Amino acid sequence: MLRKLLFILPSVIFLGVIAFSLWGLLSDRDPSAVPSALVNKPLPEFDLPPVEGMTGPGLSSAELADGEVKVINIFASWCIPCRAEHELITKLAEEHGVPVYGINYKDKPADARLWLAELGNPYRSIGADREGRVAIDFGVSGVPESYLIDGEGVIRFQQIGPIVGPDLEDKILPILEEIGG
Amino acid sequence: MRGLSACLLFVLALLSSGPLWAVNPDERLDNPALEERAREISKGIRCVVCQNQDIDSSNAELARDLRLLIRERLVEGDSNDQVESYLVARYGDYVLLKPPFKASTLLLWLGPFLLLLLGGIASAFYLRRRAAGVEEAATPAPLSAEERAKVQRILDQGGPG
Repeated sequence: MLRKLLFILPSVIFLGVIAFSLWGLLSDRDPSAVPSALVNKPLPEFDLPPVEGMTGPGLSSAELADGEVKVINIFASWCIPCRAEHELITKLAEEHGVPVYGINYKDKPADARLWLAELGNPYRSIGADREGRVAIDFGVSGVPESYLIDGEGVIRFQQIGPIVGPDLEDKILPILEEIGG
Repeated sequence: MRGLSACLLFVLALLSSGPLWAVNPDERLDNPALEERAREISKGIRCVVCQNQDIDSSNAELARDLRLLIRERLVEGDSNDQVESYLVARYGDYVLLKPPFKASTLLLWLGPFLLLLLGGIASAFYLRRRAAGVEEAATPAPLSAEERAKVQRILDQGGPG
């Protein structure tokens, strides 16, 4: 019995290696995706001034503690994928009525103002993160990123990269639904 | 002659070019001990933009921000571990180039030794069996009664045939 097992063992190991390799090649797993460490953690504390030359209070974590489900979108005028997702961010805010707040990441105020004037401003309010420090507290690896915040002020989902194509309908809206939006 | 000196110059240039660091002069701390610690920490922190590179050698802007952040925290009196856990809280274990030793990474750390152990056991078994086999071949089994009778017959007849 043991001898038979020993004969089969190499084939089993070989098949195991094949299966592992196929999983690596064929599954949807993206090895370059940065895992989210902040999901299910409360929003980091921050207090950002408004984009220079724009009216508005800026954005602070205290102000966001209002029991509402919301989306925080980190964007910059120099970021091309931000431009690509802008349409869906606008749709999220205007058609679906989800409160969207913006963090303007390392942007020149004039550029940010021009960008919003050109494409439209879907944000309830915008904080300017000139130094990029608040973005680090959010665990940002690049712009754009979006955070879905539940009524308790807990981060429930981190979208790394732009919201494009079917992302809004297939991913963002169902999660917002689930967390009570 | 010109060719030779050009060659020599090239070799000299190669020799004199040290490793290229991304840390800019304006980032360095005045305190050499703290600066040394900052360098040590940043060599173990993954650049989340460029990924398989540490932030010490990365030119990415986020890497620079993280380097400055590390230095700020050191100046404020954080220990190396505190700085690292500050980053891990934001980016997860992923930000450490050397994965921490814990339950979920046990196989990663011990796997090679496990394989070595398995291989060792397999080799030991194989070698013991082979040694036993050689011994068996060296001392043939004693003749059976039938064989003995046959040999005796041949000897009595004064040789085969």
